[in-house]
Amino acid sequence: MQKALQPKAGPLPSPSAAAALSIIPGLGQLYNRRFIKGVLFLMLALSLAASIGAWTVHGIEGLITLGDDPNQDDSRTLLTEGILSVLLAIVLLFSYAFNIKDAYRDAVRRQDGERIPSVRQAFHDSYDKGFPYFVVVPSFILLAMVVIFPLLFMVALAFTNYSLYNSPPAKLLDWVGWINFKELFTNPIWTQSLVSVVTWTVVWTLVATSLQIGLAMLLAVLVNDNRVRFKKLIRTIFILPWAVPSFMTALVFAAMFNDTFGAINMQIMSKFGLMVPWLTDPAWARVAIILIQIWLGFPYVFTLFTGVLQSISKDWYEAAEVDGGSRWQKFRFITLPHILFATAPLLIMQYSFNFNNFNIIFLFNKGGPAVPGQSAGATDILISWVYNLTFTDNNYKMAAAISIIMGLIVAAFAFYQFRKTRSFREEGY
Amino acid sequence: MGRTLRSKLEVSGIYLVVLIMFAVILYPLLWAVSISLNPGTSLYSAKLIPDNLSLEHYRWLFTDPQSDYGLWYKNTIIVAVCNAVASVTMVSLLAYVFSRFRFTGRKYGIYTFLLLQMFPVLMGMVAIYLLLNLVNLLDTFTGLILIYAVGGLPMNVFLVKGYLDTIPRDLDESATMDGAGHLTVFFRILMPLTAPILAVVGLFTFMAPFMDFLTPRIILRSPEKYTLALGLYNFINDKFSNNFTIFAAGTILIAVPIATVFLLLQRFLISGLADGATKG
Repeated sequence: MQKALQPKAGPLPSPSAAAALSIIPGLGQLYNRRFIKGVLFLMLALSLAASIGAWTVHGIEGLITLGDDPNQDDSRTLLTEGILSVLLAIVLLFSYAFNIKDAYRDAVRRQDGERIPSVRQAFHDSYDKGFPYFVVVPSFILLAMVVIFPLLFMVALAFTNYSLYNSPPAKLLDWVGWINFKELFTNPIWTQSLVSVVTWTVVWTLVATSLQIGLAMLLAVLVNDNRVRFKKLIRTIFILPWAVPSFMTALVFAAMFNDTFGAINMQIMSKFGLMVPWLTDPAWARVAIILIQIWLGFPYVFTLFTGVLQSISKDWYEAAEVDGGSRWQKFRFITLPHILFATAPLLIMQYSFNFNNFNIIFLFNKGGPAVPGQSAGATDILISWVYNLTFTDNNYKMAAAISIIMGLIVAAFAFYQFRKTRSFREEGY
Repeated sequence: MGRTLRSKLEVSGIYLVVLIMFAVILYPLLWAVSISLNPGTSLYSAKLIPDNLSLEHYRWLFTDPQSDYGLWYKNTIIVAVCNAVASVTMVSLLAYVFSRFRFTGRKYGIYTFLLLQMFPVLMGMVAIYLLLNLVNLLDTFTGLILIYAVGGLPMNVFLVKGYLDTIPRDLDESATMDGAGHLTVFFRILMPLTAPILAVVGLFTFMAPFMDFLTPRIILRSPEKYTLALGLYNFINDKFSNNFTIFAAGTILIAVPIATVFLLLQRFLISGLADGATKG
């Protein structure tokens, strides 16, 4: 500290020497005469190396071999520890790079004749400048655990032979390369299921979501009409399906659509002398599930549209009236562009929500009815198929491979969309 | 004359559509209510308007020694409150930092996580199970709350950040001039202004544990730790038609408070949601 107050005392430091010395963390900082910081860095590095260095190396080793002795090693544990080690190693590398950069920067500052700040000053500065990092770093570490780690684990599984017949702890897993993907695209059992599930997933996403939006738009425009009274009551009732937890309504619907004792068949269809096989016939099951999703999903879109409709200025319509525009023209050229423009990102999120709408598919009929000759049921969308493969068939390798393909589709789509939203474009200042 | 007639016809048409929608919306809800009031446990004999209403299923839920319903309710509320508090704290701080500071990783930080979350997490459940097992958090509320709160972070931060971006910077800058620290600026100035969107986040994170049966199904093992959704799901999954009347009663006791809160706050909710997303 004494020296720090008289920076001219020693020879001018060289930034590259400081950076080079930082190969052992702390030495560069000591060279820069920031003694407390240097000692702290040194101690931190030593204790980290002593405590988790060996664990990390061992973990990465385990990730490569996935175990040698089935009596001793559990490949899943090795995989978990291995991935965590890799994540940890990346964090450590970043800190290491930061340490070198820090030494270099301090040396440059000293060369420029800047005073080295006192410890208190440095502390205050680091709080001031480092505040975002204090908040962001811990949450990013948690996010890495909860979001990135499972993702890496899944990607790893897709390249192993983990299935019901080859599962730890009895057996060891092996890396098998792209075999699972090859099988998915060449083995007829898998290709057939994949094609039919993808087709239904796309149809389901487009039809259910579009109808949801269409119905919501029709109702929003109708209720918004000046001549309609009791608007508040109508809107409250229309929001009800959104307000009731969908987990429960889905199960209630499952009971109502039951072929033999469901209320739909017993109370409504029987009046027309019909008994519709809602749960056992593929086509009817699909119709039922789309109808239910419309019931569940339209209120959210309806509320969005209502909000926008109320904000459209009356001037637009008055101007249109002066020009003699018909009602259809007013809707087509004023209302429609307004509501679509304002809600586009949210509508697109509705599509991606339905693409991944596991709950309704699973709760209604568990993806059934079964279809002969394929591993997926008639109403199975990709995500519910993956669920069955994982938790019913324990076919982890194929479930992982399918998840990756499906994730790539959604992520590509979403990335394209996010780029178009305003906040993304306005980021760079 | 013809014009008013036409107008009247149109309005009647609109009311007709509205009434049909009322029927479609209310029919399943009323059906569930009436099922829950039907005596007996069988769906076969259930009627839309029961001959004699009975509250026996509701009584069963709370008094029968076989029923864990009260316990599940308590568990769910513990998880829901902790999740809401933890989420709102983390989300608001993160959103503040992302909205007001410039730092490495700011631009792509949230978007990266939002994109990564697009990957279906179901498979990840296996990984989360192993991870929680490794750190001894399996079958604990802490583990469940952690997964809920952290898993929802990116989307919620995205929403709140969008809202914060619309609040002029002059406000916090002038406070900084007056010597307020980061946390003071945040708690005293920005947090009250973001209350609407934080209420939305709080409400959604509070409601999530009531609706989700999948995550607890993987994390919680012991029946005395079940949440409502998981408990009810298992209850009905065992014997679908036989337990349905009790299930309906249990469901209604959850749906009514949630729907009430939801309807009371709907204006708040909708404006917060729309602002956060469209401006964000």
